[in-house]
Amino acid sequence: MDRNSNLYTFIFAVILVVGVAAALAFTATTLKPLQAENVRKEKMQNILSTIGVNVSRDEAGVQFMDFVKEELALNADGSVNEDVDAFKIELMKETKMPKEEQAFPLYIAEKDGKKFYVIPLFGAGLWKEIWGYIALDDDKNTIVGASFDHAGETAGLGAEINQSWYEDQYIGKTIFDENNNFVSVKAVKGGAKSGDMHGVDAISGGTITSDGVTDMVTERLENYLPYFKNN
Amino acid sequence: MMAGNKEGLFSQKNRRLLIDPLDDDNPVTVQVLGICSALAITVQLKAAFVMSLAVMFVLVFGNLIISLMRNLIPNRIRIIVQLIVVAFLVILVDQVLKAYSYDISKQLSVFVGLIITNCIIMGRFEAFALGNGPWRAILDGVGNTVGYAIILIVVSFFRELLGSGKLMGYEVLGHKGKSIAESTGLYHYGYENNGFMMLAPMALITVGIYIWFQRSKNRKLIED
Repeated sequence: MDRNSNLYTFIFAVILVVGVAAALAFTATTLKPLQAENVRKEKMQNILSTIGVNVSRDEAGVQFMDFVKEELALNADGSVNEDVDAFKIELMKETKMPKEEQAFPLYIAEKDGKKFYVIPLFGAGLWKEIWGYIALDDDKNTIVGASFDHAGETAGLGAEINQSWYEDQYIGKTIFDENNNFVSVKAVKGGAKSGDMHGVDAISGGTITSDGVTDMVTERLENYLPYFKNN
Repeated sequence: MMAGNKEGLFSQKNRRLLIDPLDDDNPVTVQVLGICSALAITVQLKAAFVMSLAVMFVLVFGNLIISLMRNLIPNRIRIIVQLIVVAFLVILVDQVLKAYSYDISKQLSVFVGLIITNCIIMGRFEAFALGNGPWRAILDGVGNTVGYAIILIVVSFFRELLGSGKLMGYEVLGHKGKSIAESTGLYHYGYENNGFMMLAPMALITVGIYIWFQRSKNRKLIED
């Protein structure tokens, strides 16, 4: 058959595309359960790391049950929605809906007899989405740990948000000022002043990602204020 | 190999396929291909290694597949066919890693887009694999990725060392604390990292310096 004829070209294209699509679809479907399990364990691992429990991904499943006592899904007014499984809430979908319709997941963990509130975060970085977890102390004000991650920030610049030097800066910062007004914690370009209780150093060369983290932390934490006020 | 071809697997001609791209015909510094990824991921040495390995896998297997299909591919849609092969390989690797080696996949996920658009890959498919047998195509793939990897590693070595004082994530120049008193190593004597090295323009300048150095050493590259 003539390799340059329209028919040959057409048949070749169809066979190639269908073949490749079938191969990829098969791989994706077969590997899906394994991939989902990795993602689930990583989520548990990240939540645990914010309260200072560092475990391997494989152990995370068991340890999670030991530390996390309550998994709540909150409504915008701060009341608990009993019908929703908090762990299954996908913030990527929730954040697209109006505030009143969203469900806000909250994990209450206990470690050494102390209570911690772990809040999942989700927002936009420079290229793709960013997410993370922030753990508040018993006083619902002091941050005891933060963990961030990203889907595609620039390696060495914005991608540094998942490094401990960046995450650890949040430890000990407070989200309310002396007058009990919500101020959140901001990533400050050029570096936060020493003693700033509401600021951390932004990443040089990663300004947009740093701002994304600031917006994400502020926007998400704000949703939990009604719950914190009532409990 | 073609029937009747008595050439050895590593004949002089085949060895040149491996060696030429390292210096005389380097894909980045001589052909100026793949510059985009050379800028994007040379901030850290580790990322450069991961990227080089990923590109090697895709280019070697892609070259092989294209070379095997070279007598079947219709001329008018060959570029699209090449793109499909690259995209197929990259997604396949990404999916398998996500299931069996989650940590590596997380590192690689950023590069997936960069691999697909890497001009070296399309360049080698188009210029070499379409017109050569499978074994030569594999050698060409290995040679070109090693040539690419050399540039990535040299550039990221200088960028990571001068930009963040680290190599492979280790603080080789000492630890930079909040003040000079808390710092160790070079930082204790007032040394500062050059933040400019972290930005894309310095990657170009570093590649430029490499080209300058290479051209002054290699007489074949000197133009009249």
